[in-house]
Amino acid sequence: MLSKRIIPCLDVRNGRVVKGTKFTDIRDVDDPVVLAEFYALAGADELVFYDITASSDERNIFLDIVRKTADTIDIPFTIGGGIRSLDDFDRLMKAGADKVSINSAAVSDPQLIKEAALRYGSQCVVLSMDVKKNVEGRWDVYVKGGRENTGMDAIEWAKQGVALGAGEIVLNCIDTDGVKDGYSLDITREISESVRVPVIASGGAGTMEHFYDVLTIGKADAALSASVFHFKEIEIKELKKFLRSKGVEVRT
Amino acid sequence: MIVIVDYGVGNIRNVERAFTKMGMEVIVTRDIELIDQATVIILPGVGAFRDAIQNLRKYDLVDCLKRNAVKGTWIVGICLGMQLLYDKSYEDGDYEGLGLLRGEIVKFDDSELKVPHMGWNQLVKQQEDEIGKDLSENDYVYFVHSYYLVNEDIDSVIFTSSYGVDVPAIIRKNNIIGMQFHPVKSGAVGSIILRNLKELIV
Repeated sequence: MLSKRIIPCLDVRNGRVVKGTKFTDIRDVDDPVVLAEFYALAGADELVFYDITASSDERNIFLDIVRKTADTIDIPFTIGGGIRSLDDFDRLMKAGADKVSINSAAVSDPQLIKEAALRYGSQCVVLSMDVKKNVEGRWDVYVKGGRENTGMDAIEWAKQGVALGAGEIVLNCIDTDGVKDGYSLDITREISESVRVPVIASGGAGTMEHFYDVLTIGKADAALSASVFHFKEIEIKELKKFLRSKGVEVRT
Repeated sequence: MIVIVDYGVGNIRNVERAFTKMGMEVIVTRDIELIDQATVIILPGVGAFRDAIQNLRKYDLVDCLKRNAVKGTWIVGICLGMQLLYDKSYEDGDYEGLGLLRGEIVKFDDSELKVPHMGWNQLVKQQEDEIGKDLSENDYVYFVHSYYLVNEDIDSVIFTSSYGVDVPAIIRKNNIIGMQFHPVKSGAVGSIILRNLKELIV
């Protein structure tokens, strides 16, 4: 059976992992390549790196990290953050990324999804969506790091993105992100049932039960988190043992 | 000499790196004279079938690969590279493959399943073979594909994986080996398979 995936996320700024880590036992805790290797050996099924830098100098540092990561780990990884064009895709794929995720650029230029899917195949194109519930109880799509409401309906945008060629969706719920109160189960489930591609839930993990809930009730195919892993609140091996004991298929 | 065929698509760098890490020296090329001297030809691949077969034709590699397959040179197809070994694919049309092996590449039924078949899935052993040495039924490997092989030559299937249908995961017919998943992205299990491959071919 296809297993559910557990995905640590590394935010990288100026060549270092940010959002904090608590790895006193590995030599250079904030080096993204070192941390990536640690997670790969610890049983992570995949990794996501977000480039949260802005300047072009830092972009080149980041590209070098992608290359080194590809040289080091033997599990798939996705790169996101600031991807605007097919050239960006090209650079990252050539550097060794397995998938590239696009967010704001996909909203402003949906054809980018299509062009990237035609060139690299849908499996390399990840549509990342930041969503937030509005007063009517529907979910809006936000861009620019969650600062700007596009007014687009999340479910419709997910469907459109998949129709254009996105092979996977990362669904990040702004309200729950960083709160550690659990993933947003209802919208995750709705999107997962609305599209025929895998959905990765993001934002809100605090306990092992949260992972269980989003992979079962939320029908997510994978669950992503940063801080619970970086701060060692949850060990991936323990999490997988827990999920397996509850009947969730995970990779041993 | 191990040659990775560079025909302008896919994750050649990742494959090259993985083989090098396993202590196998590889040459990445599309030079026919070099490929003709190889003892092992690796056909990697990520992307669309149509582009891939068109590129193989463009670089005049189709006859070269056929002739080497007959000669007994090891041919190892990975992911799309495995699909290219067969007669035909229905990916976005109707395209003839290399025809080294009998079978067709068809799309998963996406009314029931999420497509692509993406993620870690378990290997199910169909028969003993050196390529599958030390692999157990519980081992997971990493798949990413929307089309799968409908094989006419059942005897060549070494491992399958279950995704709505039985997906041929590792095939072998004499000197021809195919893997539908990505061994170089399959963690420790992938390393076992590459080691087995090394013992077979070197």
